[in-house]
Amino acid sequence: MKNPPLQYGSGFPTLLRKEVKRFYKVGFQTVAAPVLTAVLYLMIFGHVLEGREMYGRFTYTAFLIPGLVMMSLLQNAFANTSSSLIQSKVTGNLVFVLLAPLSHFEFYAAYILAAVFRGVVVGLGVFLITAWISPPALEYPLWILTFAFLGAAILGSLGLIAGIWADKYDQLAAFQNFLIMPATMLSGVFYSIHSLPPAWQMVSHFNPFFYMIDGFRYGFFGVSDISPWNSLAIILFFFVAVSAIALRMLQTGYKLRH
Amino acid sequence: MSAAISIKKISKNYGALQALDDVSLEIQQGEFFGLLGPNGAGKTTLISILAGLVTADQGHALIMGADVQSHFRDARRSLGVVPQELVFDPFFTVRETLQFQSGYFGIQNNDAWIDEIMANLDLTSKADSNMRSLSGGMKRRVLVAQALVHRPPVIILDEPTAGVDVELRQSLWQFISRLNQDGHTIVLTTHYLEEAEALCQRIAMLKQGKIVALDTTANLLNRYGSVKKDGEGKTDLEDVFVNIMSGNAL
Repeated sequence: MKNPPLQYGSGFPTLLRKEVKRFYKVGFQTVAAPVLTAVLYLMIFGHVLEGREMYGRFTYTAFLIPGLVMMSLLQNAFANTSSSLIQSKVTGNLVFVLLAPLSHFEFYAAYILAAVFRGVVVGLGVFLITAWISPPALEYPLWILTFAFLGAAILGSLGLIAGIWADKYDQLAAFQNFLIMPATMLSGVFYSIHSLPPAWQMVSHFNPFFYMIDGFRYGFFGVSDISPWNSLAIILFFFVAVSAIALRMLQTGYKLRH
Repeated sequence: MSAAISIKKISKNYGALQALDDVSLEIQQGEFFGLLGPNGAGKTTLISILAGLVTADQGHALIMGADVQSHFRDARRSLGVVPQELVFDPFFTVRETLQFQSGYFGIQNNDAWIDEIMANLDLTSKADSNMRSLSGGMKRRVLVAQALVHRPPVIILDEPTAGVDVELRQSLWQFISRLNQDGHTIVLTTHYLEEAEALCQRIAMLKQGKIVALDTTANLLNRYGSVKKDGEGKTDLEDVFVNIMSGNAL
C-alpha cells in the first residue's frame, strides 16, 4: 500500500459538485415541483386579473412572469443551503465536511454557488414555461442576470445562516414560513407597490426582497417602481451584510464546532 | 522526527462539566496506541479536539507537528478519523461517498486508491450501492474507507467495532494492523479490551477527563497484574482496567 506523495488542491470544487449533485438527484422535488407551482400561480392569477394593465402598457400576465421567476429563484436558493445543512446536521454526516481541510471561505463559496445554480435552474425553468404562455420583453438582460445572481446569493447566504442556526427542522420551517415566505410574497411579485396605500408603500421599502424583484423586473420592462441603481446599491449592501454574518458563523464554528 | 500526536495541557469544559482536565500526551509515529476509559471519560472529546471538531479551552494539540487550529489544513490532511456514530449521506453511493471525501481533501483522480481500499474492506461489490441500502457492518466499513481516502499517516478509530460482527472485526483488524506495519500511526478507542490488549503497544486510560494510566500494554499488565488475577493466574487488560478505574491500583 505504498503510494507516491499526494498532490493536494482545494476541496472547494468537490464540495460544490456534491451540493449540486445532491439537488440534482431529487430533481422532481427540487426543480420540477417549484416550476409547476409557479406555473399554477401564473395560470390562476393571470386568468383572474388579466383585465388589469400594469405600468400603463403591459398585461398582468406579462407583469407577473418576472416576479414569479424571481420568487421561485429566491425561495429555491434559500432551500438549497438550508435543507442541505439541516439534513447534514441532523443525520450527522456534516462531520465529513468538517473533518476536511476546507477554509470557511471555501465552505461558504461552495454552498452559495450551489444555491445560486439551483435558483437559476428553477428560475430558468419557470421563465421558459411561462414565456411560452406569454412571451415577455427582455429590455436589459444584464440587469436581469445581475439581480438574479445577487438575489440567489443573498438567499443562499440566508439559507446557510438559517441552516446553521436551526437545531431541528421545525426551527428551519419557522424561519422559512414566517420570514422568507412572507417577505418574498409581499415584495411586489403580484403587484406594483404604487397600487398600495402610502403606509404600505413605505413598509415595502423596508423589505429587501422588494428591491430584488423590482430591479429584476426592470431588466424585463425597462420600467420599475424605483431606480434599478438604488435597488442594486441596497441589495449589494444586503449581500455584503448576510455574507459577513454567514462567514463569521463558519469561521467561529457557531453550532458546528463546539 | 515530530510526534504523530502531541497533546499539551488540554482542558475542555461543557458548562459545569469538565470533559478534559489538563491532559498531556505524546504518541510517536508508527505506534498502535489505545485510548481507553469508561463512557464519559473524555475520549471522544479528546479525539474531536484533534480532529478540529471541538476547540479546547486551554492547551494545544498537534498532528505530525501541525497545530490543529493554526495549521488546520496540514493537521487535517495528516489525520483520518473513523467516527463513533454510524453516519452517512443518504444521497450517494459508496463510490461517490469516497470520491467526494477524497475531493474534500483536494485529491482528484484518486480512483486507484479508492478501489484498493474498497477491495481491502470487501466493499467492491457494494461500490455502486446507495449508502441507505447497506447493512450496519457495511456502513462501518465505508466509514473506515472514508478515513483512509487521503492516505493519512495518523488514523484515529473511535470505537470502530461497536455493533460489528466477529468476521468484520477480524478482517478490519487485519487491515488496520497492515496499515500500522506500513508505518501508519493508529489510535484506537474501544470497549473491547481484549482487542486493545492484542493490538496496542501503548495505552492511556482516561477517567473523568484525566489520564490515570499511561504505559506500554506489557507494563500495565505487569504493574497492575498483581492486584487481581483470573482463575489461571493470568492477568488480562480487563482486570487492569477495572482496578485502575475503581482506584484499587492507584
